Amino acid sequence: MKHFKSLVRPYILWSFLLIVIPLVLIVLYSVTTGGNSLVNIQFTFDNFKKIAEPIYLQVFARSFKLGIITTGICLVVGYLLAYQITRFSEKVQGLLILAVTVPMWINTLLRTYAWISLLSDNGIINSILTAIGLDPVTMMYTDFSVIIGLVCDLLPFMVIPIHTSLAKMDKSLIEASYDLGAHKWQTFWKVIFKMSIPGVINGITMVFLLAISTFVIPKLLGGGQYVLIGNLIEEQFVSVGDWNFGSAISLILAVVILIMIRVTKKMEKMEGGSEQ
Amino acid sequence: MKKKKRIFSIVYIAVCFLFFYVPILVTMVFSFNESKSLTHFTGFSMRWYEQLVNDSEIMSAVYVSVSIAVLATVISTILGTLTAIGLSKQRRILKESILNVNNLPIMNPDIVTAIGLMILFSSMHITKGYITMLMAHVIFCTPYVITSVYPKVRKLDDSLANAAMDLGATPFQTLVKVIIPCIKPGIYAGILLAFTMSFDDFVISYFVTGNGVQNISIIVYNMTKRTNPTINALSTIVILVILIALVLGNVIPAVVTRRKKKKLSRLEVQQNTAE
Amino acid sequence: MGNTGNCIISLKGVTKNFDDQQVLRGIDLNIYENEFLTLLGPSGCGKTTILRIIAGFEEPSAGELLFNGIDIAKVPPYKREINTVFQKYALFPFLNVYDNIAFGLNIKKENKSIIEQKVKRMLKLVGLEGFEKRDVTLLSGGQQQRVAIARALVNEPKVLLLDEPLGALDAKLRKEMQVELKKIQQEVGITFIFVTHDQEEALSMSDTVVVMNNGKIQQIGTPVDIYNEPENRFVADFIGESNIIEGNMIRDCLVKFDGYEFECVDKGFKENEEIEVVLRPEDIEIVSPENAKLRGVIKSIVFKGVHYEIMVQTALREYKIHTTDIFEVGREVGLTLEKEDIHVMYKMEY
Repeated sequence: MKHFKSLVRPYILWSFLLIVIPLVLIVLYSVTTGGNSLVNIQFTFDNFKKIAEPIYLQVFARSFKLGIITTGICLVVGYLLAYQITRFSEKVQGLLILAVTVPMWINTLLRTYAWISLLSDNGIINSILTAIGLDPVTMMYTDFSVIIGLVCDLLPFMVIPIHTSLAKMDKSLIEASYDLGAHKWQTFWKVIFKMSIPGVINGITMVFLLAISTFVIPKLLGGGQYVLIGNLIEEQFVSVGDWNFGSAISLILAVVILIMIRVTKKMEKMEGGSEQ
Repeated sequence: MKKKKRIFSIVYIAVCFLFFYVPILVTMVFSFNESKSLTHFTGFSMRWYEQLVNDSEIMSAVYVSVSIAVLATVISTILGTLTAIGLSKQRRILKESILNVNNLPIMNPDIVTAIGLMILFSSMHITKGYITMLMAHVIFCTPYVITSVYPKVRKLDDSLANAAMDLGATPFQTLVKVIIPCIKPGIYAGILLAFTMSFDDFVISYFVTGNGVQNISIIVYNMTKRTNPTINALSTIVILVILIALVLGNVIPAVVTRRKKKKLSRLEVQQNTAE
Repeated sequence: MGNTGNCIISLKGVTKNFDDQQVLRGIDLNIYENEFLTLLGPSGCGKTTILRIIAGFEEPSAGELLFNGIDIAKVPPYKREINTVFQKYALFPFLNVYDNIAFGLNIKKENKSIIEQKVKRMLKLVGLEGFEKRDVTLLSGGQQQRVAIARALVNEPKVLLLDEPLGALDAKLRKEMQVELKKIQQEVGITFIFVTHDQEEALSMSDTVVVMNNGKIQQIGTPVDIYNEPENRFVADFIGESNIIEGNMIRDCLVKFDGYEFECVDKGFKENEEIEVVLRPEDIEIVSPENAKLRGVIKSIVFKGVHYEIMVQTALREYKIHTTDIFEVGREVGLTLEKEDIHVMYKMEY
């Protein structure tokens, strides 16, 4: 196997040029002014100061709020789904999990697009409502439509890790718990839920991180006025053209996310450690 | 009691799947609608499919999406597999730094990776278009290939490669005839991941493209008229292709392993009776 | 008996360092044509490293590796006329029995019909006729072992290296394979270099045994020599069970230990040189106390199947004795030794 050591060289070069340098450029842009050329740059922290302005803080706050709500819904719905799936035989479980993943394979944009025809004012849901004599409801371009879109897109990321940790749980633990006199709820909280915590942590991290950095779903289902961190970054690069400010926002987003991943990895390890 | 629980499970799972699949089903049904309405099915027609085939903008987006996904998958599978093979025998520090850098595109939000590349291409005065989009796709697909292949390489017994060379195979022959067959499952997983990541991507493609090069995601995103049944027709085709691919990918290996298992048990029976 | 042929491999002053650890400290070894040579020693003694250097998987840090007089230390493994049977066989799991054995010939782009002929002959040699299409992962340990041997031998190497090939087999199968390996070696008539930590295996199969410890060769000799005339305490201890006693060489053929002088057959030591004596447990005879200088009391008796292992406590130490006679614990006995059973060795430096 020593003979193949040199095979990594192309990737070292490749990843340095195309992974490391772009990140360095983001950092560089975030602490400079001087527009989009690197010729006459000046160092400054103004870009970060600008983020502290209420209008931008609001965007961050809204993104986090939406992220937390989406994650919460995904957790409750997804945990129950994962748990119900484990009640079936292994073969059926495999099929059900496959069915959960299939939507992930279909282009997200196309799937989100499909929600529009369901949720719009004269969409399918509203026509059903009027048909049974109820008043139509405005759903498009609200928090509701954005959250529906996000949950539909991200739910599999919650279900799969939780199902994995539930499925690998030793069934005799549950029997042991009953045997030792624990009730159903006690057994669930003290044994089943506790054993599935690594999966839960994993699912929460993935869903939350994807939710706060999204900008397609808010744009399609939330309309133009619905601004989240992702949309703010897009604006800076595509329409406003303030790359320095855009880089500063991206940098903060990246740092927050990398720190969160580190923390959850630690938590997972601690959970894993206490189990053994 | 037990039965009641079972019914609850089934109902709950069914409701969740309804949530997942209703949008998909609606799309498919209305792609065959005669009228432009997305709410009232007026009759069966293939009109939107005809329009789709004649819409050169959408067709070229389909071409871009598919060709980029195929090329990016091929390139990142080769690059990622070779890297994973070379990785296992590196000194610890080098190995960990490569793996950490490799994890960055996986952990970073797509939008951060996207603007990083956008800045890079602009500051190097590379004209954005098909090639930059392809490069970007290789950049974010390769890490997924490496993470799928590397565990298989680590599990590989060193003496298999040694045995091949001992029997006269050059390092290249060893790679092709022994190492790659051994890590095949990891490579397949990597191919599958790379292809879907690439085909599904919007954010990165959106920021690194130019010159009017658009993939399916970008065209849907930029669509001003939201009620366009042509997109339903496109979705239906994509969904069918992916379903067929999944069936082929999941059912065929299952049939093969079942056959193999059958053969195994037959052999075992033979051996038992012989003993 | 192997030493009559031509020297095929020779190691001259070979050392090997891994990081800051020296695993081979100057190995000089000649290996002859048609010889069954065993590298024997405890784990970590460097025996496998020697094998890997000969195979080409490691390069020596210093020294020469000659193959028919030509230095091949830097020749890659795929260009050497040497093949290896690996410890866990290293069969290719995705190939069937036939394709595993044919692997080397396919690499050499041999004619298909020649390959088929050679593979068939090998299958016959190792007793696996009719197994061509079998999946190697489904074979028993012993069958996998045979495939591994066939896969190596089909390339008609000048030397076959075997890295603890019997380690994974159960005791009964191991015995059978020992006999079979020896038979195969005689049939194909090439050099076998065999690595093991099992002294019984080494003694029963080899023409030459090389005992190693701590990166150094301790003794090279025929199994009989190694057993009967161990050169130092390590060899004596490692090969078979023994009583090792410190003593002095009074003069040629007279040695003193445990306070008594004994006649022996060893010569060439300095006068009064401090030496160690090896007494094999089966060589000590228990007699009645009045017939012997060395006296003691039987402390314990353990039945070992064929013989009893008796521990006798004398004034200065315990002796381990193997006998088929029956005694009882607590009885006072005398111990006698034939002069040719007293093996005098140089004292080991620590």
